[in-house]
Amino acid sequence: MQLPIYLDYASTTPVDPRVVKEMQDCLSMDGNFGNPASRSHAFGWKAEEATEQARQHVADLVNCDPREIVWTSGATESDNLAIKGSARFNKSKGNHIITSKIEHKAVLDSCRQLETEGFEVTYLDPTDKGIITPEMVSDAITDETILVSLMHLNNEIGVINDIESIGKITREKSIIFHVDAAQSTGKLPIDLASLNVDLMSFSAHKTYGPKGIGALYASRKPRVRLKAQIHGGGHERGMRSGTLATHQIVGMGEAFRIAKSDMDSDIKKIHALRVKLWDGLKDMEEVYLNGDEKLRAAGFLNVSFNYVEGESLIMALKDIAVSSGSACTSASLEPSYVLRALGLKDELAHSSIRFGIGRFTTEEEVEYTIDLVKDSVEKLRKLSPLWDMYKDGVDLDSVEWMAT
Amino acid sequence: MAYSKKVIDKFESTLNEPEKNSVGRWNPSDTDIGTGMVGAPACGDVMRLQIKCKPKNNSHVISDVKFKTYGCGSAIASSSELVDMLVGKTLEEAREIKNKDIANALDLPPIKIHCSVLAEDSIHKAIEDYESKL
Repeated sequence: MQLPIYLDYASTTPVDPRVVKEMQDCLSMDGNFGNPASRSHAFGWKAEEATEQARQHVADLVNCDPREIVWTSGATESDNLAIKGSARFNKSKGNHIITSKIEHKAVLDSCRQLETEGFEVTYLDPTDKGIITPEMVSDAITDETILVSLMHLNNEIGVINDIESIGKITREKSIIFHVDAAQSTGKLPIDLASLNVDLMSFSAHKTYGPKGIGALYASRKPRVRLKAQIHGGGHERGMRSGTLATHQIVGMGEAFRIAKSDMDSDIKKIHALRVKLWDGLKDMEEVYLNGDEKLRAAGFLNVSFNYVEGESLIMALKDIAVSSGSACTSASLEPSYVLRALGLKDELAHSSIRFGIGRFTTEEEVEYTIDLVKDSVEKLRKLSPLWDMYKDGVDLDSVEWMAT
Repeated sequence: MAYSKKVIDKFESTLNEPEKNSVGRWNPSDTDIGTGMVGAPACGDVMRLQIKCKPKNNSHVISDVKFKTYGCGSAIASSSELVDMLVGKTLEEAREIKNKDIANALDLPPIKIHCSVLAEDSIHKAIEDYESKL
């Protein structure tokens, strides 16, 4: 077993060696380096063939037509194109957008931008388990609503939204439904042929592909119309100009092809490891699972270790790469907005650790992690005045704190 | 966040050898003990500093110190560093310790300066508490 152990698969994943091989073949003089837009010679034709095959692989994973896939630089750009592109195109129909408080910043910041352009945005509060229910969506719809944007799988807590039911509501009212699926490819089955989703964002690097490449699904039936955000050359049917990055696209295609073929075995293995990890931790004192226990993708475990500050725990766990909702790990000094939207007290948000298990995680690594976490939490609690107070029966909410 | 080696070393030694690094607590109602607790759980850091003092000449000297800290790695390292500075000092000398001394000793990055401010506050509160018992 090699240290440190990577347990942050929700942040990014290593590129699968099978993907690396395909990408390498698209770079040098003796490889497939041509510009897919070159129509006048074989180098271009060959490159186009490779990008179109990759498009087919992406479409196959989510069961859509390859002509519905638009290449982008990643899920952030896909979210921007979907939200700003569809809202700006449909401005004449209404100015109301519905999203939630626990979306990725790419969605939230795009919505914030639209607010400055005269759009009204409703930010739904999730349940304390992190779910946005179909009822919440239908209750928020007005005559002005043109777009609903919700994530499939939350990146911090791994909780799954019922996009099938929400899509039925939006389709009935002819409201555009955008789903950020950056986290869910390869982790949850997605069948766009049966889902009433108009726009869906994808990322390669969360699914064992390279960084810097993503895609947007834009439905043809019914046809969703977008205003392009990047102009120049009219690539991707005018929706996203720019020379196609053959090696990146081929990498994403191969990663998604593998995701389809390996999904069942990946999920089975990863789920077993997640259960093992939680079984190893859940009997500790004052430990809380964040997010719904059942409606959850296999690899995610977000846990608060009460009375221990998350960043100090990360420092103690230096042999394990994880992330925290603690303010101290961010530049903003605010604890995770996702955990706070779930109604978690600040101190529990500060005490949270996100474990992300993935394709290359081993049982041995999980066992090592359990032992190290237990030992580190115990050591840090020995240092914690809050742990003393808890053990002495002091109600921390009744204490007058002297914050500086 | 990349920490200085000093913060990491101090944090790890405090974590692994708490007794040696003055982690602990005394009964706060003892007359020779001054207790200062600063910070708030909601902000992500709470420090509790205790000083044991004895009269010497016309002043009082800090003979021993104990602390516990809930907070990020640099908060824990800052309080542990402060402890090293306090033992043997008179209360007047202890009051002169500034957050900058702690921040410099640990090479704290700018975003972590508040940890050293908290440590400075804790000593003032502990002295105040001790003096209120005289």
